Amino acid sequence: MSEEKKSEGLTRREFIRNGSFAVGGLVGGTLLGSFLINPSSSTQTASENGNGDHDHGSSDDYMRARMFFKRQEDFRVLSAAVERIFPEDEIGPGAVSLAVPYFIDRQLAGSWGFNAREYMDGPFEDGAETQGNQSALNRRDAFLKGVRLIQNQAKANFEGEAYYDLTDEQQDEILESFESGDVEMRGMSSSQFFELLRKATLRGVYSDPVYGGNLNMDGWRMKQYPGGLMNNMDIIEDEEFHDIEPVSLHDHHT
Amino acid sequence: MAIELPKKQAVVVGVGWAGGIIASELTKAGIEVIGLERGGERTPDDFIMQKDELRYALDHELMQDLSRETQTIRNTTDMTALPMRQLGSYLLGTDVGGAGIHWNGQAPRFFPYDFQIQTMTLEQYGEGKVDEDITIQDWGITYEEIEPYYTKWEKMAGISGEQNEMTPEMSEEYPTPPMKESPAIRLFKEASSELGLHPHQRPSANLSENYTNPDGQTIYQCQYCSFCERFGCDYQAKSDPLITVIPTALKTGNFEIKTHANVREIGHEDGVATGVYYIDGTDDQEYFQPADIVIITTYVMNNTRLLLQSGIGQPYDPETEEGVVGKHYCYQIISGADGFFEDKKFNLYAGAGALGGGVEDYNADNFDHSDLDFIHGGVLGLHQTGNRPIDTNPVPEGTKSWGKEFKEASTHYFYRQLHIQSQGASLPYRYNYLDLDPTYTDENGDPLLRVTYNFTDQDRNLAKYQAERAMEIMEQMGADIVEEVNHATGDYDIVPYQTTHNTGGTIMGASSETSVVNNYSQVWDCENLFVAGASTFSHNGGNNPTPTVAALAYRAAEGILDYIDDPRQLVVDGN
Repeated sequence: MSEEKKSEGLTRREFIRNGSFAVGGLVGGTLLGSFLINPSSSTQTASENGNGDHDHGSSDDYMRARMFFKRQEDFRVLSAAVERIFPEDEIGPGAVSLAVPYFIDRQLAGSWGFNAREYMDGPFEDGAETQGNQSALNRRDAFLKGVRLIQNQAKANFEGEAYYDLTDEQQDEILESFESGDVEMRGMSSSQFFELLRKATLRGVYSDPVYGGNLNMDGWRMKQYPGGLMNNMDIIEDEEFHDIEPVSLHDHHT
Repeated sequence: MAIELPKKQAVVVGVGWAGGIIASELTKAGIEVIGLERGGERTPDDFIMQKDELRYALDHELMQDLSRETQTIRNTTDMTALPMRQLGSYLLGTDVGGAGIHWNGQAPRFFPYDFQIQTMTLEQYGEGKVDEDITIQDWGITYEEIEPYYTKWEKMAGISGEQNEMTPEMSEEYPTPPMKESPAIRLFKEASSELGLHPHQRPSANLSENYTNPDGQTIYQCQYCSFCERFGCDYQAKSDPLITVIPTALKTGNFEIKTHANVREIGHEDGVATGVYYIDGTDDQEYFQPADIVIITTYVMNNTRLLLQSGIGQPYDPETEEGVVGKHYCYQIISGADGFFEDKKFNLYAGAGALGGGVEDYNADNFDHSDLDFIHGGVLGLHQTGNRPIDTNPVPEGTKSWGKEFKEASTHYFYRQLHIQSQGASLPYRYNYLDLDPTYTDENGDPLLRVTYNFTDQDRNLAKYQAERAMEIMEQMGADIVEEVNHATGDYDIVPYQTTHNTGGTIMGASSETSVVNNYSQVWDCENLFVAGASTFSHNGGNNPTPTVAALAYRAAEGILDYIDDPRQLVVDGN
């Protein structure tokens, strides 16, 4: 498998080029370590040792597979788009290294993807904005339509180039055309889809790691969010800020 | 054909705060009560180590499943109402304990002005102060009459708080001392005092210390873990029905709760309620539960819907202004100020649902409205409920909502932004009302409730004034950037969360001409039927409604016991 065809949307080379991992800096060892056990790098390890043997990896490796998106191309578009929404920078990791694409894939495979606890009976009418989302599309269909439309827009506007091969600026330009609702989309407006994608990205960056995103709680660390602490009695009156190492549901439940 | 069950003395529909309070009082007096709850069974064990923002705060684990039932919404009568497909502006609870489980625990009283708003506004400002389509009405009860029931509720729930010259007068002190003061709250109070206002620590059902109530139930000390709003409490430190009134009722041996029992209709003949029809979700059968007394304590929405669906009381018509059921649907008018602090960083991951400072100087008629283009007001409060990372992304106005700029600003300001919120009172408007939708139905094929609601100029003027006051305090607090927050600049929008303080639809009043229930929550047209909850509010005050719901439920329980001894209309109809 060539290096350009990694399933994460960003290739390892692009990742190192774009990101701060190569220069170390404030993200340092933990993040670099987490990157090395995530799929691009484990694929690399696998190709280096010539087989798909994963017994050297952590159990997290088994979560790095798609439950919803069938086409790798769709997943690569998604990955590139969420990375633009929450990019790698000097503050810390971006959506891809926080495993947000896998998070979204798993969310779409479950009840959230089916809008299971929402009213989905007709008749469907557009209504006023104040009446909220009136789309008949569930999130699974919306995401498939949406990422394919992103890809189509890339190809149509940039000489047949795939979205994930565009420059950051070109990728942003396409997302902005969705954000402003300028792209024709059936079933929901492109601005609604953009908002869905934006919110899904933030859910993946900052939800408990049990859902597959916020890898190693590094999303939380960027906000110095300590997770769900059991007791803040001792600090509630303090003037000084306390930077506390985060805890997850895993810590609470095991 | 519904399967008929053995008759009970009383059936309570909906086992939350109102249903739990009434069940506890009736069962203690020896009355046999069955509680029908459409949702599932629940115990405090369900809340332990559930610190999961995605599941609870965003995906609404404790809330109503809208695929089964929702409401339709429109702003004006000439629009087609469409279903609320996703939760947004308000969050409807479900399961045993109801919305009493996911509340924050903010526990203030309403003001005397609220109960006599029509009389007092007229006395103070004369005729014509209020537009004639703002149909304010006295509640048929005075503050003096409701006061003992507030006290009873506060003792039962162990409320932690303090009074000052601007808070409503109390006959007894709060049973537990106020909560701790965080630096953010201290800053708010200092700034408010400097402006000549009267800050106080907000009354809280997250308790400052362990407390055993008169029923023998213990509520524990709050740990400031910040998982209150939209969550159940890990510690049994937030007063809720599951740790107070429900076990009190069960302990008597006179209370039985049936879960998954979704009541569709109140049976009645010749002005007498005979019982209720419900679908049991475990076998999908319809049952009829006969009872001498029927007590409806679902949320605001279904209290109204059940009456409409059962053909009890005359439905309200906004054109003719005749009829009463569905009238005076109110909400709350949310505005305030955000402040961004460059040099301060607050421990905002810590908090509690009702941890806050407040000023009541701009609530009710505590300030002169002579030169103002609105009446009433709202509490201004700074609450530290706990920042959650998915949903809390504070960025100054004009910041892009994604990308590098967003990431930088939202991580930087996560602990550097404070918010002052006004809960503006919501006054009834002729065209804001509830009825049955002509098109959309629930899982049983019954019509959804249709909500017709928009903000009025009264609301918009109030919201703007309150936002300005909030901004003054925020400036005084020394924020580097101060921004107005205002949900009521245009039309009411069901998408952004505002508040779950919906009220009205089966309002309380002095006569059957103008209201559905009397001040014991007894239905004028059907005297063995009681409807309790915020649906009985004739308007919504500028404070959290739960204590008023609870106080009126205690009064309703007293009325029901009186009625059992001597069945009659408990209040003389003011017609």
